Amino acid sequence: MSPLAIDAHGLDKWFGEGDARTRALSGVSMQARFGEMLLIVGPSGSGKTTLLSVISGILRPDAGTVLIDGVDLWQQNDDALAEFRLKRIGFVFQDYHLFGRLTTLENVAIPLILKRRDWDDALEQARRWLEVVGLQNRANLPPVKLSGGEQQRVAIARAIVSEPDLLILDEPTASLDGDTGRIIIEFVKHKVLNAQRAIVVVTHDSRIFDYADRILHMEDGQLRSIDDRSGK
Amino acid sequence: MKGILRLAFKLLVNDNAKFTALIIGITFAVFLMVQMTSLFAGILNKSSSTVINIGAKIWVMDPAVQTIASSIGMPDYVLDAVRSIDGVSFAVPLYSGAALVRLRDGTYQAVSVIGLDDTTLYGRPKMKAGRIEDIYAENGFVAIADAEYRKLHSPVLGTDFKLNDHRGVVVGIASVASSGLFGTPTLYTTYTRAIQYVPPTRYTTSYILVEPKSPADVPRIKAAVASLGYVAYTRKEFMQRISRFYKYETGLGTNILLMTLISFIVGLSISGQTFYTFILENLEKFGALKAIGAKRHELIAMILFQATFTALTGYGLGVGLCVGSISLARLRIPDYAAIITYGNLGLAFAMVIVIAALSSYLGVRRVLHIEPFDIFRG
Repeated sequence: MSPLAIDAHGLDKWFGEGDARTRALSGVSMQARFGEMLLIVGPSGSGKTTLLSVISGILRPDAGTVLIDGVDLWQQNDDALAEFRLKRIGFVFQDYHLFGRLTTLENVAIPLILKRRDWDDALEQARRWLEVVGLQNRANLPPVKLSGGEQQRVAIARAIVSEPDLLILDEPTASLDGDTGRIIIEFVKHKVLNAQRAIVVVTHDSRIFDYADRILHMEDGQLRSIDDRSGK
Repeated sequence: MKGILRLAFKLLVNDNAKFTALIIGITFAVFLMVQMTSLFAGILNKSSSTVINIGAKIWVMDPAVQTIASSIGMPDYVLDAVRSIDGVSFAVPLYSGAALVRLRDGTYQAVSVIGLDDTTLYGRPKMKAGRIEDIYAENGFVAIADAEYRKLHSPVLGTDFKLNDHRGVVVGIASVASSGLFGTPTLYTTYTRAIQYVPPTRYTTSYILVEPKSPADVPRIKAAVASLGYVAYTRKEFMQRISRFYKYETGLGTNILLMTLISFIVGLSISGQTFYTFILENLEKFGALKAIGAKRHELIAMILFQATFTALTGYGLGVGLCVGSISLARLRIPDYAAIITYGNLGLAFAMVIVIAALSSYLGVRRVLHIEPFDIFRG
């Protein structure tokens, strides 16, 4: 295993064409280590979601390289990239994106099903992760019957059910009240983060800054500063 | 892939409202398509009922004949000429005409009269009561016990009636494979009696029924008949000619085709629209699946499976509904002209596949265009 979970260099990304062409990322380089929780913060339009998408293999950069545990992400074709995301990266989306027509348990099992695991085995493993996030008694309910905090925990269970090396969280506290947000981020920090995993969080929420090992401040598509809190 | 398809299945059927709307749309379309085409097949079948029932291999007739009922009499020499054609095993005359029967209670009923060759009784029906030989008895007629039989007040052996002021007696009751299109009962008698009882035209032979010595003789017989100024059709060709007449020269075929197309368009509209809405509502979820690691072909497989499952379920229900409705109609109207053929089922199936293909094409296009990045951007 490489000591660096993410090693990105010289990332450039442009959107639009002609006069509307704007630079979303401008020569961004950053690293994330295994065992650390990295926050990417900055005002709206600063490029943090673009950076998150580029380092998680979702949005191809116009220039630069991204190594995930030593693997050059953007040298792979689309199918290989999808396979890589499925096996190595977990996603928690801002709006959760849980399937309302499936049970909570089935939602958690989705990455395992995409990995062609047997249906019953996938549900069994998903059930164990639901227990980890404390929602075993909600397994057969549809997500719409759950509170926002519970839905967020389901989304986290889905993201970690296949035990990825890298966990990506997009504004994980944006839809939650202060206490619930804090509980969620504490859970992520203490129960999900481990020495074999890196967690990258994009957030506006300054209340969770204290949980970060390092904070990357972005502005106008550039990395302005890095706040290392691991030794605090 | 099994788990992924199971996921697709659950996403589809757990959305009760949309799934129900999809199924109803396709069921309704299939029901209409099969019903329309079955009705048409039934009409075509009935229009050729005499050809089916008589069963002759070759029919010789005037070239202007378009349906069995519109026969044009041929002079007697044609029969002799046909008999002399090389390759003809035997040839017999057939009379086919219509008459009015006066029943015992004084009411009149239109009937079809079939006059069989006196010598051979070729094309005789299958007897249910009485003996076919009794057809030679004085005033002897055989009544056909089909759906129209009750219009003759369900006669029994010995029941008499008047046909053009001639006395007729039912000496036998028989069955045939197919009843006629026009809702008239059928009476069989000898050729000689038929042309005596039914007001004849100058020429009395409606058709000449030919038995070739071998199938290889058929082209030669057809050519020889054509040289006489008449036409010889095989049974299949004659039925096709009758079908063509009803399809293209009565407007019936065009109307049925239009109705079938309208059913298809209605089905396509309902199902296509509902399926597309279903995809749109789940678009972000498909985007999330893409982000998580679902590959293009897996997403396509999910959508195709959903569309195919819906189409096949709707098809099965639609066919079942059609079978049920035709069976119910037959209870009330025994002579209800509708036949579900493999052709009807195949046509409806093909149209349902087109509905599924178009619906899934629209869905697949949208799903493949959604970028996982859009999910992050909200």
